[in-house]
Amino acid sequence: MTNASTSSYDEMFAADGSVRPAYRGYSEWYGDQPADLLRRKGTEAEAFFRRTGITFNVYGSEDAEERLIPFDMVPRIITAHQWRRLSRGIEQRVRALNAFLHDLYHRQEIVRSGRLPARLLEKNPAFLPQMVGFTPPGGVYTHIVGIDLVRTGEDEFMVLEDNARTPSGVSYMLENRETMMAMFPELFTRVRVREVSDYPRRLARSLAACLPPAAKGHQPVVAVLTPGIYNSAYFEHAFLADQMGAELVEGSDLRIENGRIAMRTTQGYQPIDVLYRRVDDDYLDPLTFKPESQLGVSGIMDVYRAGGITIANAPGTGIADDKAIYSFMPEIVEFYTGEKPILPNVPTWRCSEPDALKYVLEHLAELVVKEVHGSGGYGMLIGPTSSKKEIAAFAAKLAARPHNYIAQPTLSLSTVPILGRSGLTPRHVDLRPFVLVSPGGIDITPGGLTRVALKKGSLVVNSSQGGGTKDSWVLDD
Amino acid sequence: MLGRSANGIFWLFRNLERAENTARLVEAGFRMALTRDARDASDEWRSVIVTLGLRALYEAKFGTDYAGPNVINFILRDKDNPGNVLAMCEMARTNARMVRAGITREVWESVNDSWLRMRDLLARPVTETRLGDVLDTIRRQSTQVRGAMEGTMLRNEIYNFARIGSFIERADNTARILDVKYYVLLPSISYVGSSLDNVQWENVLRSLAGERAYRWLNAGRMEARGIAEFLILDSRFPRSLAFCYGKLRSNLEHLAREYGSETDAHGILQEADCDLHSTTIDAIFEQGLHEYIAQFINRNTRLANQIQYDYRFID
Repeated sequence: MTNASTSSYDEMFAADGSVRPAYRGYSEWYGDQPADLLRRKGTEAEAFFRRTGITFNVYGSEDAEERLIPFDMVPRIITAHQWRRLSRGIEQRVRALNAFLHDLYHRQEIVRSGRLPARLLEKNPAFLPQMVGFTPPGGVYTHIVGIDLVRTGEDEFMVLEDNARTPSGVSYMLENRETMMAMFPELFTRVRVREVSDYPRRLARSLAACLPPAAKGHQPVVAVLTPGIYNSAYFEHAFLADQMGAELVEGSDLRIENGRIAMRTTQGYQPIDVLYRRVDDDYLDPLTFKPESQLGVSGIMDVYRAGGITIANAPGTGIADDKAIYSFMPEIVEFYTGEKPILPNVPTWRCSEPDALKYVLEHLAELVVKEVHGSGGYGMLIGPTSSKKEIAAFAAKLAARPHNYIAQPTLSLSTVPILGRSGLTPRHVDLRPFVLVSPGGIDITPGGLTRVALKKGSLVVNSSQGGGTKDSWVLDD
Repeated sequence: MLGRSANGIFWLFRNLERAENTARLVEAGFRMALTRDARDASDEWRSVIVTLGLRALYEAKFGTDYAGPNVINFILRDKDNPGNVLAMCEMARTNARMVRAGITREVWESVNDSWLRMRDLLARPVTETRLGDVLDTIRRQSTQVRGAMEGTMLRNEIYNFARIGSFIERADNTARILDVKYYVLLPSISYVGSSLDNVQWENVLRSLAGERAYRWLNAGRMEARGIAEFLILDSRFPRSLAFCYGKLRSNLEHLAREYGSETDAHGILQEADCDLHSTTIDAIFEQGLHEYIAQFINRNTRLANQIQYDYRFID
């Protein structure tokens, strides 16, 4: 075994080479395995993923090629103790997010109190005027949330991003566990790991708890709305619909009938109570948003506002993903919960503020700069790994539209070993726990999706840019 | 279930069935070509192309040169033939992806696996040496999908639409093979009993996987009328028209029970079914085999369209 030699915090090995408590059980098991077995299993896992079709489509590639997200067989392990603190922090943050969204679309107390500048909402395309004054069924805005966490030390977890719009990746969390259990069943008898497999059932229950006023007393009808088989996350849409026993619908299956959104079945049109949409706000309703969209349903926003359907997540929740809003999350958490945030933010410079902009421009080579509306790792600058030319070009963009950017220090993300050619070798990771919100409360699946940068030293974990995934374990007490 | 899903599952199984039947036809043609001189071999390959309805497309590319390797690759993988077998497997997989939430994991995996294998096997031109292996794989893969289906799918509407797709396609394929072969063999019908004739008719049976069953039932006697009767009216043989319509009937009946009402498609089926039950092979030959089959294919297509309409496959 090799151990982490970088200055980053390694989650498996301490600086002296000893194995940290979370990994003791795993490490003992690992020591018992013949050297070539794990590598052979790696090939097996890939064939398994290909056969099961767990692929994602890459935008812009020639023939919408399907790729596998590389899977690494060394799990990412979190102790029960660490998880308790994390889940308290996540719950607090998600509670605040929902209260925040309700406030934004109603009285905007947080703006009135001067804690949040009104300009962040003005002309912000993620803020939907159509949602003003409307309360979604059950008062829930973000039925499904993914909170991206990074770690820099033993007890240092920070929130890197909130995904309140349409977080994806949960199918990988589930399939990674299935794969690990299929390949190494005995490992799970040696180390007690908390279950994740009931996520789809909990999701179905959570969605069914937010029925719209028009729903009749019968069994709730839930459907998953997908943009179609060429969407990068189609596998996940189909997977979740299948696991929940819900219909997987496309815009062309839907129309309005008697004030409800109905799907075309072999026996005629049947109303849907809850639509778990995996289509962005912009494409949801051509009458209200992008008129050329074929992915949504004309008039769904009117039906929604009249109580004919529940849309999950609610339209307009994307405002909470905005990175300028993110920089105010500590204030937001405190404003709505009256508590200090349990999980801190990553320190963030708002380039819209002149002093911050000056600092950022002078330190570009050390910083990570992101677009406030961006996602998926696109359109960002990672100072330390960029050339002088790239930095100069980015500086010009930044100076021209400073309000479009925020900057953060280049964090020394924690590492977890991956199985390389010559054994265990450290790579940077993040963690996306998945959180379900219903009127009954907040439900966090233990663990989540660990994304890992497979290139040595790389900090970019996005699957669209060469990242892989790991099974994520929360140990049972 | 969604109308779009019913459409997807219907076409998934039509595509799989068509790929399998095409492979059988190529296999029978290949076997025939091997036992012939070059001229007869190319006649045989032409008849395969004609059966598949590809003559115009083929001759646009190769003229009237019906060399085995050209024909084989044209049918299996040529991009100038949009209905090549690889494309059928790909369409089947696309359909399966579309209805992923309606089929079991095992069915999906076997469809996906078929496509992955076919993509590898057909990545480069197929030589006559490799042909056996390729055709074998196609047959084996469709058996695997069918097995996954039998063993894991709930017997509900989804299953019914899958079966309806399979048997609409199979009935169509059997009818077309019989029709074309009948034309090819037409001059020889008068001297039924010659040895060439026997080999030809045996080949018709072989392309429908029926040679063994027919021999077994008829103690080896090859006879045009008997073979036509077997392929059209014998409801024990799984590729006969009568068998296909028996399955169409039971699946459509199941749908009517589940949905609580019959549709226009049931009317068309009744008509076809009634015809297959009341007619005799003598009556068919009297009417003219070709006319009978043309009428059958036409009605089969009408039935398919009516089902798509009645069950709202498209808006």
